[in-house]
Amino acid sequence: MAVTDAPKIITSRFDLDDGHTLARYEATGGYQGLKAALARPPAGVVEEVKSASLLGRGGAGFPAGVKWGFCPPGVFPRYLVVNGDESEPGTYKDRLLMERDPHQLIEGVLIACYAVGCSQAFLYVRGEMALAQERIAQALNDAYAAGHIGKNIHGSDFSVDVVLHWGAGAYIVGEETALIESLEGNRGMPRLKPPFFPAAKGLYLQPTIVNNVETLSNLPWILTNGAAAFSALGAENSKGTRIFAVSGHVKKPGVYEVEFGVTTFRDLLYAPVYGGGIRHDHALKAFIPGGASAPWLYPEHLDVPLEAATVGKLGTMLGSGAVVVFDETTDMVKACHRLVRFFARESCGKCTPCREGTSWLEKILERIIDGHGRPEDLNLLLDVCDNISVGMNWPPKQTTICPLGQSATSPIASAITRFRDEFEAYVGGPAEITVEVKGPAFVGPVREEVAADA
Amino acid sequence: MARFNEANLATALEIVGRYPRAKSATIPLLHLAQEQDGWVTDDAMEHIAELTGTTPAQVLGTCSFYEMFKREPVGRYLVNICTNISCQIMGGEELLHHAEESLGIKAGSTTPDGLFTIEDVECIAACTEAPCLQVNYRYFHKISNEEFDDVIADLRAGRRSDEIPPHGTLARTRQHIPADRAAGTADPAGVPEPVWLSAHADAAEGEKG
Repeated sequence: MAVTDAPKIITSRFDLDDGHTLARYEATGGYQGLKAALARPPAGVVEEVKSASLLGRGGAGFPAGVKWGFCPPGVFPRYLVVNGDESEPGTYKDRLLMERDPHQLIEGVLIACYAVGCSQAFLYVRGEMALAQERIAQALNDAYAAGHIGKNIHGSDFSVDVVLHWGAGAYIVGEETALIESLEGNRGMPRLKPPFFPAAKGLYLQPTIVNNVETLSNLPWILTNGAAAFSALGAENSKGTRIFAVSGHVKKPGVYEVEFGVTTFRDLLYAPVYGGGIRHDHALKAFIPGGASAPWLYPEHLDVPLEAATVGKLGTMLGSGAVVVFDETTDMVKACHRLVRFFARESCGKCTPCREGTSWLEKILERIIDGHGRPEDLNLLLDVCDNISVGMNWPPKQTTICPLGQSATSPIASAITRFRDEFEAYVGGPAEITVEVKGPAFVGPVREEVAADA
Repeated sequence: MARFNEANLATALEIVGRYPRAKSATIPLLHLAQEQDGWVTDDAMEHIAELTGTTPAQVLGTCSFYEMFKREPVGRYLVNICTNISCQIMGGEELLHHAEESLGIKAGSTTPDGLFTIEDVECIAACTEAPCLQVNYRYFHKISNEEFDDVIADLRAGRRSDEIPPHGTLARTRQHIPADRAAGTADPAGVPEPVWLSAHADAAEGEKG
């Protein structure tokens, strides 16, 4: 077991009733990270964040400091866009960070703007999160009045406006180029990369850094306590702490900040301070390790640490820190259908494999659940999946502009390879499967070998 | 009805002024229109086009992409019940069926008295608190059938109106950037290297050395 006593870096004010107010924030070390940043040259702040090895917490897990360095030199203005459009099923962390500690996020935004040289920042909050919008609006108004934001911040030559913006209900807008389209006032459809890598051609085709809420919320602590203190926590490639939301069939569903890279899935699901075990002491059947898009893991993976690269080798991902737990009573065909319905509803319609593929996958699964399925539907499902996501690897091969369509294949490939008998019970007979599923998450021997390594 | 009234027009102009390009205010202004009228009318979209320098068709194009914008009247209370994965396996679908029976309507429709609309929605980021729902985007966590009925009874009786404003109103606190503190918008075509970068350029070289 590795339930560690790592400090709470980003959830330290979650238990305070007034943790969202400026007074409480300032009384508990608030805006000291910004002060420390302003005492150094911007390039020094970038170096500090790089040496902390802070991985992006939105899903892709790219190092934040390195991402900042992708802005082409000499091209201005640069913008910062905060991705607060949290909507990956199972994910519940950014909303809490925005509701309970909005100043921590704002301070992170300011540190990033100072380091990168961004002339304006836009804080894009998911439309459905009314309380987060209210808390951030109040926090911004208070921070302006106190001189933390705006012109000549803390009496320095650093000036930036932070604009609160919110969306209107579209999962795809969590994809960074779609977020930029939406912020420009358009339908939230992703842009092709290249050429539209945001760091080069982002908002208004200017260099733009898009960072997740949790990523930015780490910056005040890093600047206050130093990169060395941050990277002393965690494992080789996964430093600091991370928030995981453990939902589904555990005794204590909850949002837990744990030491990154060290804590295991078994800790997270069974330790009394976290999930506390499976409800009614049932057996564990499967779990989603990182949001609806992630291929599933099983009881044999419980001792795998919550470490990005290790989980990546298994052919899945930690994604957005969303762990959904299924006990032995779960109908995996229905769970699979519900996940696929989500992707079908949320496809933006721009690319054919995703637009057509996800809606056909949903229809086929629907008829299976309604009792009208045929044994050959299993192979048909996998065939459609193979056309959206060749070989069903994770990370997937690109057949579309963004990975939404490929994400819809993860629950199907997982459920059919592991729980084929449940599908066969629905369709009334054994199925012949000819489509080859290549992703390591779905192929037993490879999966076991990597688990042994871990 | 439906173009912005005087107070909302002032708010709209303030919002437009925060963006380097007016079109970026399209979604915030659609929310403002929905706050004013409870839904987004054609007249409002025409007014938004005037304010953002676009066409009504462009505004409609944006509006129709997003789930939250209603282009026909909905109930005073929009009840969004999550049935996505974490809620599904904790009773979200049963809660939805209960709501449909209790209110006598199917998901996607409105009660004849115009009070309630039910929607079967995707994940609303309260996964550890399943099953959950929102009324006008205010959360109710781990909600039982009985608690659901209590909330509905309260709303019918006009209680909870402090907590839950009518459909269309999201944040009741607005951002306001004071003129004397504003750094200003960053025009994509006309902002040079920020002074705090150029001023430190030599110092940064020194630090590396």
